[in-house]
Amino acid sequence: MANGITDFQIPIGDWVADGVDWIQINLTGVLDGISEVLELVIDSFEGGLQAVPPVLLAALIVLIATWRVGWKFGLFSVAAMVLIFGMGIWPETISTLALVIASSLVALIIGIPIGIAMARHDPVEAVVRPVLDFMQTMPPFVYLIPAAIFFGLGKVPGSIATLIFAMPPAVRLTNLGIRQVSEEHVEAGKAFGCTSHQLLFKVQLPLAMPSIMAGINQTIMLALSMVVIASMIGAGGLGNTVLTGIQRLDVGLGFEGGLGVVLLAILLDRITQSFGAVGGAAAAPSFFGRMRQAFERWKDSQSSDV
Amino acid sequence: MQDKVVIKDLYKIFGPEPDEALALLEQGFSKDAIFERTRTTVGVQKADFSIREGEVFVVMGLSGSGKSTLVRMLNRLIEPTRGQVIVDGHDITQMSKKQLIEMRRSTMSMVFQSFALLPHKTVAENAAFGLNVSGASKNEQRDRAMRALETVGLAPNADSYPDELSGGMKQRVGLARALATEAPILLMDEAFSALDPLIRTEMQDELVRLQETEAHTIVFISHDLDEAIRIGDRIAIMEGGAIVQIGTPEEIVTKPANDYVRSFFYGVDVSKVFNAGDIASKSLLAVFERTGVNLRSALAQLRDHRGDVAVVIDRGGQFRGLVTVNSLAAAAASDNPQWEAAFLKDAEPVPAEMELSEVLTRVTASERPVPVLDADGRYRGVVDKTILLHTLDKTT
Repeated sequence: MANGITDFQIPIGDWVADGVDWIQINLTGVLDGISEVLELVIDSFEGGLQAVPPVLLAALIVLIATWRVGWKFGLFSVAAMVLIFGMGIWPETISTLALVIASSLVALIIGIPIGIAMARHDPVEAVVRPVLDFMQTMPPFVYLIPAAIFFGLGKVPGSIATLIFAMPPAVRLTNLGIRQVSEEHVEAGKAFGCTSHQLLFKVQLPLAMPSIMAGINQTIMLALSMVVIASMIGAGGLGNTVLTGIQRLDVGLGFEGGLGVVLLAILLDRITQSFGAVGGAAAAPSFFGRMRQAFERWKDSQSSDV
Repeated sequence: MQDKVVIKDLYKIFGPEPDEALALLEQGFSKDAIFERTRTTVGVQKADFSIREGEVFVVMGLSGSGKSTLVRMLNRLIEPTRGQVIVDGHDITQMSKKQLIEMRRSTMSMVFQSFALLPHKTVAENAAFGLNVSGASKNEQRDRAMRALETVGLAPNADSYPDELSGGMKQRVGLARALATEAPILLMDEAFSALDPLIRTEMQDELVRLQETEAHTIVFISHDLDEAIRIGDRIAIMEGGAIVQIGTPEEIVTKPANDYVRSFFYGVDVSKVFNAGDIASKSLLAVFERTGVNLRSALAQLRDHRGDVAVVIDRGGQFRGLVTVNSLAAAAASDNPQWEAAFLKDAEPVPAEMELSEVLTRVTASERPVPVLDADGRYRGVVDKTILLHTLDKTT
């Protein structure tokens, strides 16, 4: 009997390997197609960002940071830009940024519709939820293996591992946001004769916007962390700097790469969060609404002075 | 008045075994017993009534009595388990999805307790929501929304956002949104319950005023009897998913069907429910028709019946005055006996529409019953202290 237990095996590893072989042999065309599309997206982002003169791009980032978040954060972004230039890691930072944007974009294009489908159909939620749990508990390194096997080394497998790792929060929070729209709002939509399409676009999505924006923010942050790890399969960028630091036991270089990642993370986080706050339903007045309110307050203060 | 909405044998059963629950209901099992047996909840049972065109029909009940479910079956936000809802001759339960959407856009609109406005849209855009959904042009949306906002007195706030408004103003937007579609039927789900008492009364008055100028058929859910009496032409009272009584406010208050209905009156201000005409009694005092009797025989009759006071009317039923044994005797003893001489000086009648609170002061100040007259001066009866006390006692 004891032998029976030690001999007992479930060859999951073998099955997965067989499955991967089968995909590689039979789905070459599909894999190539995915690879080409992704490569185009990544290249256009990276090419676009690299084409802008660094100083101009840095100024643009500072401007956006000041406009979206405030002048204090603007000052911080100036310091961040100076640090990145000073450490000589500008090209790596831009490369990482491009990869993050491209991966996040694809993750959102796939993830948000899945989240909407989950919110509207309980069976879809029942199927997708465990898959998301699985995706989120899997150690991020594991995604590198199939990505490298199917797509080789480089930016494309890096972004595929990244987008898979970064997608779950966008899906989850889209689903959650739509489900949290109050029953009376949904009833109001229906009672006034919304089709299910109108209900989604005129009521549910606008009201779910704060939650969806939080999901987008989370996806971007996860993408950034994964892009760094994906440098192990040749995704390049700041991760590469860190990796080189590790391989050479060069603490200084590793720290510089790490600091670059942190600065980029702070910038991306605060800026994307600011979009969540204004696009949000809770902060109802639009940008122009706020301007008008401010103007009216100003007018009142003028008239009361007289 | 014509029936606008006819509800026939309407049931809603929530849960996995609706058929079994329906069968048990027919055998006379209670809502609780059915839940014990089948784990299904009876939402609404055996609703069978009609709502007349242009009336305010209030559905009252405690929470869980099924009033929200009943109203949501009228526009099929909740699908009925069995029965029919017929609006203008069309059975809503048989409508296809497309017909249903069309019906909701054109015939029935709704006002919600928590307003359910879209926070990212302006007041005017919110008011135009129904028109926007049905594909009206931008101009038409704006025009009709503005007209509806003017009706509720919010036109100056058209370009504000909902979170810049107070609760009462928000619900005005909710009302404007429902009015803008020009649907003849309005469903109002506890529409004023979230507002503070002063604003609530104001909105109720406004609704009554609105009904005077353009009468909608309104189905109004409420748990507040004061509100129901204020705005309702008829009231339906629900308990455990069943309608226990339908009637005018007066009928419900004077002849409550059971203790549940009666329990709603605790704390209700009866002096607002009734007016003098409602409680005036004709049997309390003897009545003389002036042209038929002379003074002496009247005096004799009054003495025989041991009454003290009597009412004098003329042939058309017009009130002439009050007399007592003493005043009749004095007049009869004079040289030229005249009825007029016998009428009491301090017996001013009150109009039938006078509110009880005012009648109260008159009756307590007078030592005799106070006569009540119609708008055209006809005698309706008298109110005395005993009648008043009985009426006021109905609340406790």
